[in-house]
Amino acid sequence: MTLGRACLFLALAIAPIGAIASIYGARTGRREWVAVGRRSVYALAAVLTVAFAVLESAFLRSDFSFEVVTTHSSIATPFFYKAAAMWSSQEGSLLLWMWLLSLWSSLVLFLTRRSLRELAPYATAVLLGFATFFGALVVFMANPFQLLDPAPSDGTGLQPLLRHPSMMIHPPMLYSGYTLFTVPFAFAVAALITRRTDAAWIRATRRFGLAAWTFLGIGILLGARWSWSELGWGGYWAWDPVENAALMPWLAGTAFLHSFMVQEKRGLLKLWNVCLVLGAGILAILGTFLVRSGILQSIHAFGGSTLGKPFLGFIALLVLGSVALVMSRRDDLRSPEARSYSPLSRESIFLMNNVLLVGLCFVIFWGTFFPLISEAVTGNKASVGPPWFDRYTVPLAIGLVFFSGLGPLLAWRKTTLAGARRSLQGPALFALVVVVLLIVLGVPAGKWTALALFGGAAFAIGSVVQELWRGVSVRRAQAAESPPVALVSIVRRNRRRYGGYIVHVGIALLFVGVGASAAFQHVRDVRLSPGQTARVGGYDVHYVRATSSVGPEKVSLGAVLDVSKGGKHVSTLRTTRGYYPSSDPTAGPVGQYFDGDSTTEVGLKAGLRRDIWTAVQPDIGAMQKMVDGIDKRFPLAQGDTQRFLLTAVSQRYVVAPPPAVFRLIVSPMVEWIWLGGIVLGLGALIAIWPPPRAQRRHVVAPSWSARLGRELSRA
Amino acid sequence: MQFVLVMLVLCGATALMASPLYSKVRGADGQDAEEAALEAARDAKFREIRDAELDFRTGKLSRDDYRALDSTLRAEAIDLLRRLDAVRGHEEQAA
Repeated sequence: MTLGRACLFLALAIAPIGAIASIYGARTGRREWVAVGRRSVYALAAVLTVAFAVLESAFLRSDFSFEVVTTHSSIATPFFYKAAAMWSSQEGSLLLWMWLLSLWSSLVLFLTRRSLRELAPYATAVLLGFATFFGALVVFMANPFQLLDPAPSDGTGLQPLLRHPSMMIHPPMLYSGYTLFTVPFAFAVAALITRRTDAAWIRATRRFGLAAWTFLGIGILLGARWSWSELGWGGYWAWDPVENAALMPWLAGTAFLHSFMVQEKRGLLKLWNVCLVLGAGILAILGTFLVRSGILQSIHAFGGSTLGKPFLGFIALLVLGSVALVMSRRDDLRSPEARSYSPLSRESIFLMNNVLLVGLCFVIFWGTFFPLISEAVTGNKASVGPPWFDRYTVPLAIGLVFFSGLGPLLAWRKTTLAGARRSLQGPALFALVVVVLLIVLGVPAGKWTALALFGGAAFAIGSVVQELWRGVSVRRAQAAESPPVALVSIVRRNRRRYGGYIVHVGIALLFVGVGASAAFQHVRDVRLSPGQTARVGGYDVHYVRATSSVGPEKVSLGAVLDVSKGGKHVSTLRTTRGYYPSSDPTAGPVGQYFDGDSTTEVGLKAGLRRDIWTAVQPDIGAMQKMVDGIDKRFPLAQGDTQRFLLTAVSQRYVVAPPPAVFRLIVSPMVEWIWLGGIVLGLGALIAIWPPPRAQRRHVVAPSWSARLGRELSRA
Repeated sequence: MQFVLVMLVLCGATALMASPLYSKVRGADGQDAEEAALEAARDAKFREIRDAELDFRTGKLSRDDYRALDSTLRAEAIDLLRRLDAVRGHEEQAA
């Protein structure tokens, strides 16, 4: 047995043993067994690190005795992509999932090793339960260490669509998000089992929930960026099942990160929070299931469909277990401090925002699973497209942006009417000015959804700027600091609050990008020959010449385009279509390249005002006769001869190019989406960063009030 | 070679898991856990007091509402400090 395979068996043994030890320790009060459970998680992380390193090393060394290396890499695959090829396979991605789970679990259990004495053992057992399920999958159903004997001399290579830099970090980001969502899930289950439903479990896991939300959000945006610059269809979001699968737990996470604060400060929403956290955890598993099962048609589902049943069983267990647990603890989840909400309070806004987020989540869930639902009810597999999603999600998104601006303007518990009016008037005026200015500048009033999104985003950004301004003013009055120093001081002293506000700015920028690019995008599909010009969105796109190249992995045919506006040169764009050889031996030495996978290299001129996007689809049908003729004359050509023939064909394409089909897009403000993502990540980092630890001093104070004042100023 | 490596990983993992059964377990006793919980609650209460003050100074809370809220929060914070001292005092006596 190989080292990697042995590590997987060991992991599968460690996980249930640790879970049983944890529960035994918790039930009997024997702390040494609880410690065995916790250290089992550390041991799991260690053995999975070894397994991960073995497989990664096999990919980097192009060791084709591993089946997964043969089927997902090749000698010609660039080193950069060899490192990322592991998670393009089902087996490798499941190992990555389990490894990340073990690392995050180790981290949370290490940080809580001296606290949450009652909760931690059960949370450990739940986390190890997840590890047991994934361990069983990689041991019995998707073995990443399957060997080939004899080993082939080369592999089939990485799926061409995945050859994009963001693919290096997109899956680890998504999987970090998914696995981190299991941490609050595990502690929520532990809180329910032990009936410790106060805010302690929330305080202990809030940062992990926020980290999950951040990783998943960045992962989603990286996927969108990949779609925009690699997939060649001209969009960044298609309401694809796999995209939706990542978005749903992210939305649930957004909801609970807000409602957590209501429980922390007011003791309210206990039941709601537990349901949201359990829901987000289950949706995270559902996301993995959708990618890996192939149950729904998706451009992202690269895996086979062999894991559907175990995943479904596991999800059913999680759902039924969660429902049963919540039902059995509903008395403990009643908030003893329940009081009425003032409509003019931050918690009321959080509640509204939660309702909108959960509504959005439900709409996406329904649309995603509609093919399965319709098949079950009518027998026909019908699906819903982007217009259906847009109809329901756009109004909800507008409401969300508006509430993200309103929340920071109101105080907890109660804001007076005069205070609310004073807080609201600045941002509201700013939003109004922005909307009027946009109409004056030519945005048609009929584009009301875009105008509402811009107005909402302006309101949200205005409210954050006002809050920062007020905070700086207060600080300056107290400490006589310069404005930049005062700004840094208030952010440092209130990381959660101001980090959250910065996240709101990121979301607002993101929505501006989405609103502008969706409402004012110009798209044209045109057929051009060299020398011809097409007009799109006020830009003239001139097809200058055809291009070609023959590389070790692919043949590329493309075009050079000159973009101008009003006779003034704007940019020169190069777009290509790369053709990878098929594994069909009957296809011929040249024809096999045009029968296999192909990918688009987009010609993109990006900018804060607009992106000019082009993709070429060469008419290879026009070259078919020539390709067939060469294949007939040189059916066994290989190596240099094959390369010579491919070069001849590609040169022919350059000299006498047939008309090519181009997709030309002028899309305003797409870059704002990525910019919003960066701001969002920055804000989340500020909010996650731990505050300086309050010094532990045992001071006998002359009065408790004085001591409180001193500790407050230090904290 | 593979066999030796497998054995090394197996022994290492077993030793790591089983070590608490043969040595004194450190941490996570009742007082540690209670102290950590109280510290977390205290920090959250401090944050709440600062938030309320900021809300008042930025004009979101009226003076009367702020006074009532601040005195409630401070009383709760003092209670937490007392309980924290009690736990620590117990610890120090035990030491």
